[in-house]
Amino acid sequence: MAPAAPSTVSSPTPRSATAEPILSVNNIEVVYDDVILVLRGVSLDVPEGEVVTLLGPNGAGKTTTLKAISGLLRTENGAVTRGEIRFMGENIANMSPEQIVRKGIFQVMEGRRIVEDMTVVENLRLGAFTRRDGGSAIKRDLEMVLDYFPRLRERTGLAGYLSGGEQQMLAIGRAMMARPKLILLDEPSMGLAPLLVKEVFTIIRTLNRELGMTTLLVEQNAKMALGAASYGYIMESGKVVMDGTQSDLLGNEDVKEFYLGGGGEHRKSFKNLKSYKRRKRWL
Amino acid sequence: MDLFFQLLINGIIVGTLYGVVAMCFVLIYKSTQVVNFAQGEFLLIGAWICWTILVQFEVPFVFGFLITLAFMAALGIFIQMVVLRPMIGEPIISVIMVTIGLSIFMRAFSNWMFGQSAVGFPDVFGMNAVNIGGLRVEPAYLMSFVVSLFIMGGFFYFFKYSRYGLAMRATAFNQQVAQSLGISVKQVFAMAWAISAMVSALAGVVVGMVNGVSSALSFIGIKVFPAVILGGLDSIIGAVVGGLIVGVLENMAEYVDGQFLYWGNMLTIAPFWVLIIILVVKPYGLFGTKDIERV
Repeated sequence: MAPAAPSTVSSPTPRSATAEPILSVNNIEVVYDDVILVLRGVSLDVPEGEVVTLLGPNGAGKTTTLKAISGLLRTENGAVTRGEIRFMGENIANMSPEQIVRKGIFQVMEGRRIVEDMTVVENLRLGAFTRRDGGSAIKRDLEMVLDYFPRLRERTGLAGYLSGGEQQMLAIGRAMMARPKLILLDEPSMGLAPLLVKEVFTIIRTLNRELGMTTLLVEQNAKMALGAASYGYIMESGKVVMDGTQSDLLGNEDVKEFYLGGGGEHRKSFKNLKSYKRRKRWL
Repeated sequence: MDLFFQLLINGIIVGTLYGVVAMCFVLIYKSTQVVNFAQGEFLLIGAWICWTILVQFEVPFVFGFLITLAFMAALGIFIQMVVLRPMIGEPIISVIMVTIGLSIFMRAFSNWMFGQSAVGFPDVFGMNAVNIGGLRVEPAYLMSFVVSLFIMGGFFYFFKYSRYGLAMRATAFNQQVAQSLGISVKQVFAMAWAISAMVSALAGVVVGMVNGVSSALSFIGIKVFPAVILGGLDSIIGAVVGGLIVGVLENMAEYVDGQFLYWGNMLTIAPFWVLIIILVVKPYGLFGTKDIERV
């Protein structure tokens, strides 16, 4: 049976959005290699100026959802076969990644993926590849990004030799250089020490607060992600199974149980563990 | 001793030219992962086209040269789109076979179109060989030396500072990453071939001015191969250094052979001996990249 509050979702999200969301994914289905069905009707909304997070276990389809939005699906022989992805009122499903970057969506891929044999500054300038507003504006932004990440300023060698945390900051900085309207962040905490994870999430919050950066954040680390996001979606086996505001999700017993560690009162004692027979997943 | 220095100068000048062609080769390999065995034929076709425009249509050199460059850029893009784009994702050996086929086709085509005998270029610079410290240097070679240095500088600037140069390096690093940055990989591929064909044609014209235009021009493509391997397949600087080394080595072999050994034809085989030794000792070449590994 469906868990109680806040809401179980299989249809487009009933959000009390104040304005039209900047990105609205509508019941999309994604197929790899023409046969492998990965997403089975995913819907989600990202309102402008907010951080929305997409949580879920491995293989749920979180990254695929991001790639469907950014168009990178194509590079892996995948395609959106049903539904639509509306970005600022336009259906961008199955457009090429170049087109989508130009429209203002920038994906920071899982595992940083900075260009290792380039310097920090070259990587940052690469982020501004699609911009047409002239060298001085780009230079200004370069300074701004380096102000946000002062430790990158000191690194003059090749980016491949940066630490994991610095590489993640560089990847986020590179995205900022494109001045996107929406950033898709895929597991920024991957492979980082807990302290660095904290730092990265502080940056995400700061960028959102100070620059109004709209972010769709995919995470395994639910606690961190919900700390930064105002709204969250939970995915399992290619479907959104639940969504709610930050406080709804943080307060929800199932979410606590599955993602945040710990749970209801009855978990306090190990003696009761044996009788614990609740299902572990929604699906 | 004069002969020694003469050959040394020759070696350096020819070496820079090899370096330029090797850079073109590396450019294609680095950004599109295609080993282009038809590189030498770009020189051949470029030189013939330029010769035709200059001699048959009697166009002034500057315009004729620019038309040649435009034509070669178009040819490069055409080959990339029609011949190599369908080969994306095919095994490397198939791609190599296709470029070998391309080279045979282009050589045969130019033999058919322009004949096999060498023809002289019109004397563009109208100068006799200049004297540098008592050594004879052909003005065209001197010109080619300057132009080569200029091109090398241009390549350096392009890859270090220009938007598209960075895009090419990103594409060479990882195509998916490049696409996620909004770079059109197709565009980058086409551009790499266009630049490579253009610059190769330039080298072809220069060599043609000195030695005359004939099918022998395409052998430069084969000479360039040891230079590229020596420098490391994916290093632009390596290509320049490799070109210089091969050029000088060739002429030194000539010197040693002509003075002491009398074996004959050392000039042609010396670079390939080096190629073999390099492959045994340093398979990545002098500057070839090994992946960055953080420990």
